[in-house]
Amino acid sequence: MSDYTAAGGHGAVPTTGVPSDERGARRSQPLWEVFVRSRRGLSHTHVGSLHAPDAHMALRNARDLYTRRQEGVSIWVVAAADVVASSPDEKDAFFDPAGDKPYRHPTFYDVPEGLTHL
Amino acid sequence: MAPVQTQSTDELERAFQDAVDADGRIEPRDWMPEGYRRTLVRQIAQHAHSEIIGMQPEGNWITRAPSLRRKCILVAKVQDEAGHGLYLYSAAETLGVDREELLDLLHTGRQKYSTIFNYPTTSWADVAAIGWLVDGAAIMNQVPLTRCSYGPYARAMVRVCKEESFHQRQGFEAMSVLAQGTPAQRRMAQDALDRWWWPSLMMFGPSDTDSPNSARSMAWGIKRFSNDELRQRFVDATVPQAEHLGLTVPDPDLRFDEATGHYAFGEIDWTEFATVMRGDGPCNRERLAHRVGAHEDGAWVREAAAAYAAKQAGRGAREAA
Ligand SMILES: [Fe+2]
Ligand SMILES: [Fe+2]
Repeated sequence: MSDYTAAGGHGAVPTTGVPSDERGARRSQPLWEVFVRSRRGLSHTHVGSLHAPDAHMALRNARDLYTRRQEGVSIWVVAAADVVASSPDEKDAFFDPAGDKPYRHPTFYDVPEGLTHL
Repeated sequence: MAPVQTQSTDELERAFQDAVDADGRIEPRDWMPEGYRRTLVRQIAQHAHSEIIGMQPEGNWITRAPSLRRKCILVAKVQDEAGHGLYLYSAAETLGVDREELLDLLHTGRQKYSTIFNYPTTSWADVAAIGWLVDGAAIMNQVPLTRCSYGPYARAMVRVCKEESFHQRQGFEAMSVLAQGTPAQRRMAQDALDRWWWPSLMMFGPSDTDSPNSARSMAWGIKRFSNDELRQRFVDATVPQAEHLGLTVPDPDLRFDEATGHYAFGEIDWTEFATVMRGDGPCNRERLAHRVGAHEDGAWVREAAAAYAAKQAGRGAREAA
């Protein structure tokens, strides 16, 4: 018998003997990243993604998918293809300039004992 | 700036394993071993398939729910399962697969889904039993996944788990109403428990204690507990609930073992599990045919939406010109 994992979530699924993916041509509708403001006064936060043919449908689908329990008061959808991201391969070099500047933090400085409001 | 590839595969592999060992998270564009990626795609995709196929057995009772209250609850629950499938397909896609391709793999039977959804729902009590037992078992499996090493999967599981506790509670509540009802209702509740108990235990899969694949999944932080450990937790949690309901678990070998502090239970029929997984369970063909039919019947909607989107995009471009 092949191997199964209960960690397949809704019941055991095989971990061997099934294909993972074939990396064929992409046929799905455009992908949209979804951001939700959970309540007024807070920023929009990334919650996930979905497929939709256009921005309007993406917004409606996002409402049904990510705010079924009043999780939000405002939604942004952004075409995933339009997101420009820094690369994890160059993350060390990219964020390096901030690495040697501990003096930008208040904890860098000694405060004399007993003094407040500093 | 083009990424400079200076590290060898060995170094990358070591850095990856160190991150996982330190309980760190792997994110979509990080380097990962190809085996890790494939294992995750397989697991997340089949988890997603289980969620969407899982809508069918309960969906069967929406039009016949015994009250408006139960109907509203059931619609919300089934809609949640669709949502779980979508969160999971999204998580799988961060690993470079296309959703249409995953659906093809489901529709052609090359990827599988949980065996539990290939059993029929012949009475209203089955809807109650599914919420209580099947979603209860799913919670046992899914809670550890909220700490999975792959970030998008772990985050999807946090959302799913919040919703699952509603699923389990509504099922238990519906079951208690039946268990406290007329003699006929009590018989329905007991009959549902009789039919769903063993398939629910099978949901954890055969013992994987000696499996090299499971050991590898554990080293990768995709799996935290063995199938047997999770099943034991489920039995320990559920037997007292059945007693509270005044129902009898259909296992003559079931007894509480004072020495271990756990319930000991009877042999599971793994030939039945293998039969259902292979495609020869009571409802396999019906479930898959229904899924494929729904997908094909929806084709005109997807085509119309795509045509409308293309037309709008064309109009926008002309106005901008
Ligand atoms: Fe679910
Ligand atoms: Fe559920």
